[in-house]
Amino acid sequence: MIAGIDIGSRSMELVLLDPDDTNNEIVLERRLATTFDPASQLKIILDGIAPEIISATGYGRKLVTEELCGVTTVSLTEIKAYALGVAHLFPEARTILDIGGQDTKAISLMKNGKVAKFEMNDRCAAGTGKFLEHLATVFQIPIADFGSYALEGDEPLMINSMCTVFAETEATSLMAQGKNPRDIALGLHGSIVRRTTNMLHRVGLNEPLVFAGGVANNPCVINMLTDALKISPSVPDRPDMVGALGAALHGKSVLKIC
Amino acid sequence: MSNSAYKAMWENLNLDIEAHDGLLEVLGKFYGDIYMSQEKRLKGMEYLDFVLSEVHGLRVKELMDAKEAGRKIIGTFCVFVPEELSLAVDAIQVGLCAGADAGTEAAETVVPRNTCALIKSFIGFKMAKICPYTESCDLIIGETTCDGKKKAYEAFGEMAPMHIMEVPQRKEESDRALWKSEVLRLKDELEKLTGKTITAESLKNGIKISNDKRRALQRLNTLRAAKPTPISGRDVLLINQISFYDDPIRFTQSINTLCDQIDERIANSEGIVAENTPRLMLSGCPMAVPNWKLPYIIESSGAVVVAEESCIGTRNSRDLVDESCETVEEMIDAICDRYMKIDCACFTPNNERMDNIKELAEQAGVDGVIHYSLMFCQPYTHEAFKVEKTLASENIPMLSIETDYSMEDVEQLKTRVEAFVEMIS
Repeated sequence: MIAGIDIGSRSMELVLLDPDDTNNEIVLERRLATTFDPASQLKIILDGIAPEIISATGYGRKLVTEELCGVTTVSLTEIKAYALGVAHLFPEARTILDIGGQDTKAISLMKNGKVAKFEMNDRCAAGTGKFLEHLATVFQIPIADFGSYALEGDEPLMINSMCTVFAETEATSLMAQGKNPRDIALGLHGSIVRRTTNMLHRVGLNEPLVFAGGVANNPCVINMLTDALKISPSVPDRPDMVGALGAALHGKSVLKIC
Repeated sequence: MSNSAYKAMWENLNLDIEAHDGLLEVLGKFYGDIYMSQEKRLKGMEYLDFVLSEVHGLRVKELMDAKEAGRKIIGTFCVFVPEELSLAVDAIQVGLCAGADAGTEAAETVVPRNTCALIKSFIGFKMAKICPYTESCDLIIGETTCDGKKKAYEAFGEMAPMHIMEVPQRKEESDRALWKSEVLRLKDELEKLTGKTITAESLKNGIKISNDKRRALQRLNTLRAAKPTPISGRDVLLINQISFYDDPIRFTQSINTLCDQIDERIANSEGIVAENTPRLMLSGCPMAVPNWKLPYIIESSGAVVVAEESCIGTRNSRDLVDESCETVEEMIDAICDRYMKIDCACFTPNNERMDNIKELAEQAGVDGVIHYSLMFCQPYTHEAFKVEKTLASENIPMLSIETDYSMEDVEQLKTRVEAFVEMIS
């Protein structure tokens, strides 16, 4: 078996592929919170699996090569992993938007699926999954429901700040003014969309666009993105598994060379 | 020599000994991790290791001895200050420390927070009293290459003896005339400071020494373009950094010796990395000692740096001063012409920088360019757009990085640099 593993800031995902399956159907997938102890979580997610090769991506990619002895390990960046994963799921894709736990990436692909250009947020996690997660707690709404909650709003209120802390301050003052919290939530989603559309335009937005990463589970971000770009992005069934899938595909290509 | 032997000297320079010890400790560790861990390093790099290990020791002792003998120490922050003139009055010119976060809190009491790390660094070094070079200087030459520096020198001038040169922002006839008047004003200032008159003989000698240093660096840059590249980008950056404060004649000899070893290495087709390693150019803001953050990330990500399009790189060594002149007047003109060729982003429109980047990319055979801007450096951050466009027309991919001296963004930078290397591999 070939294991692809994506160790992100918030969660880690595992995908297993059969080396002999030319269709690359996913044999098994798992997902776990990264927590403050990713090394232990890594052992749990790999429990009962003995892959021939482990291909790792995400912030914790080096952890895999350091922690696991006796297994062939390789690593690649999330950018390449998402490119490979998306190219497998949507061979026509030309642009990828990946919003994860603490990073946003816009990737433009060449016709052959290779990365042509990418943009990534630098040191600050503004406008990422972490931003939504933090603000959802302010609204006392589970993160999984925050998008649907915001969609119940009518009029998005302007949230100017990209910074999580300042955005919270803005949201709190709007609440104090008695504004509809759903409109505030809608505005917060809008601020993420503004930031990402800028990034997409910088890499040159070509269709089709694929939206992946954990935040692609949020229906409000998808809707607002569609409105802002006048393009409907394709969203994979399990958008947070794309990195692990791409890593596994990379692992398979390495295995073939060996 | 151990640090304790230099303690009296540092005390005489009024350094904050405890803070200075802390700086040396960090510098030593940083150097060990980044430089001494390299494999297949050239023997000639031992000289550079030695110079760096003695950066605040033996070299400062030499400066003290020179001062004792009546020579003057001139500090600079920029490649626009003509070393030829300092040499012509038998002074020693040194580039001042500006490559590490030091004394930032103190610096932010005199310059705004959104000032680039380089400016904060030289002010911080001064205010924290941890740079023996700054403290040794009889005169520090500033220059108006950006608004940040220009205004920062007003504050710095209250702490140290300064002379400011006005660098023009365009390259018209009137700009050259301004620059010439500034070069002459510096000449007067240096003559006044040292009590020496610049003669045709002394200036010719100064030009020769400076050109020889540039020629050695040019030779190094030509040799490193070999495939596989015989020397790491980190080592060449270090050489460029040391060129600003080592004795110029000794430095030139050492680099030529190193180049002889590189010749041998090339003859044996030996590289510092495998031949198929992606080759990158670093372009943009200067990287002063000990700013090795980005080159280290790049060279730990499976690529090698083969060109530095930077003031601490080819911008400082590309052009020579015409050596055929005989009178002081002619030589001053030749110096003006040479310095007006500098393609600093402080000029507008500065299209020659785009041509030079294209040319260097071709000479060095690069697979991609990483453009490096210091955060809040307006001139270079602006030009990043132009550089990207220029390179795109040549089908050379570019990654634009904006960062500072702190380590907080290292993981994000690694991801971006690794992804860029994957992209061009």
